[in-house]
Amino acid sequence: MITLDNVTKRFGDVTALRDVDLTVAKGEVICLIGPSGSGKSTLLRCINALESPEKGRVRLDNEVVDAGRQDIDTLRGEVGMVFQHFHLFPHLTALGNIMLSPRLHGRPDEAKARALLERVDVADKADAYPDMLSGGQKQRVAIARALAMDPRVMLFDEPTSALDPEMVGEVLQAMRTLAAEGMTMLIATHEMGFAREVAHRVVFMDEGRIVEVGTAQHVFENASHDRTRAFLDKVL
Amino acid sequence: MNERVTRGVITLLVGAAIFCALAASPHKWNFSPTWAYRQLYWDGLLKTVSATGIAFVLGVSLGIGVALARLSRQLWVRHLGDLYVELVRGTPFLVQVMIAYFGIAPLIGVDNKFLVGTLALGAFAAAYIGEVIRAGIESVERGQFEAARSLGLSRTQTLVHVVLPQAVRRMIPPLTGELIALTKESSLLFAIGVMEMMSAARQTGADTYAHFEAYLVVAGLYLTLTIPLSLLARALERRLGSGTRTGVDLL
Repeated sequence: MITLDNVTKRFGDVTALRDVDLTVAKGEVICLIGPSGSGKSTLLRCINALESPEKGRVRLDNEVVDAGRQDIDTLRGEVGMVFQHFHLFPHLTALGNIMLSPRLHGRPDEAKARALLERVDVADKADAYPDMLSGGQKQRVAIARALAMDPRVMLFDEPTSALDPEMVGEVLQAMRTLAAEGMTMLIATHEMGFAREVAHRVVFMDEGRIVEVGTAQHVFENASHDRTRAFLDKVL
Repeated sequence: MNERVTRGVITLLVGAAIFCALAASPHKWNFSPTWAYRQLYWDGLLKTVSATGIAFVLGVSLGIGVALARLSRQLWVRHLGDLYVELVRGTPFLVQVMIAYFGIAPLIGVDNKFLVGTLALGAFAAAYIGEVIRAGIESVERGQFEAARSLGLSRTQTLVHVVLPQAVRRMIPPLTGELIALTKESSLLFAIGVMEMMSAARQTGADTYAHFEAYLVVAGLYLTLTIPLSLLARALERRLGSGTRTGVDLL
């Protein structure tokens, strides 16, 4: 469903991604792990064309993802993204945040928006503005917002890294539910326990390369590469 | 409340000190010529207010264009915007209004001083207001833009529905500041013979030699325009600056 062919992305002198190949099947949950700056975020951002690779190609269901294409906005709408710092729109209520994109695309559906809030367990905060929500509530609203356009895939860019520890669980729970429903998900995360539990495959990245891909069990217990083992020794 | 009392007391004391100093000075005070010219001041006040008001509206309209040009993806559009701001901010308004009235206006066959002066003031304001608008737009964090784009909003939709609603709140206090600056800047329209407040004072002084009184009165008139604006700006800043929605600060 998602294919990255030979993707290379540079920022000035820094190469964020080097010749990355990855194929993600429909319904698959993939966790990207690795040290900060290893390219996890950049990889996700190439999938919805927030970044344009210098080399290589990203495809979504056989459509080439390219910031220059005419229908890039439509395509982006079909890729949900959840950010580390939530980026909720502060001038809109939780419900307003979720309804904005559907409304601008001519299919506002308040009942559906409320159902989405229900699904991430913040139904009672529909009319609250973001600055009245806790970090965990903000991130769950952000997840509901990303789901509002019925995305084909959900990208999570370290969704719990900016949260107070006691709020991590509620966000992971919302993601777990989503995974159980069969959503295709790519998750950059430092939550190793979560990765081990929900990921069909775990991708270990370092210095812009994919070092190792395998089942959670393989990567966590039986990694083939020294670098993977060195990283896991430090974080586990 | 306490702070307000302190502010009021200080204002009163300084006012009284200035009054005493003026009263004790050897100057022979004579406000009757200024009073005799009161119609001139009233007409001048109306001209100052209307020129400033029209120029401000014009400045905001053109300023939006300047801001968008400076934020454009097209390099040449961006350069045009930069150039406009540099030219306007790099020369005195007095020189600009002279060029407009004595240089450009005759070329296009316009001889209405008020019109030329107000248009020049609006074009001048656009450079400064454009910068306020640009800064307001740029103050919205990049994540907001990315979140909107990743939800499938177009550039224009992102600007209109996500960036501007946040930016406008932040622009209002500095825009009020620009309006105050423009009110004062409009005094330079005297140079091309627009009969605004400054001209009224000059006229009174020239006719009756009561310069001191005439300019003191006009200073007072400018303050009656600018102080309420400045209080408004402070109130808006307090209300919008924090960005909270709780409303507690409003009380």
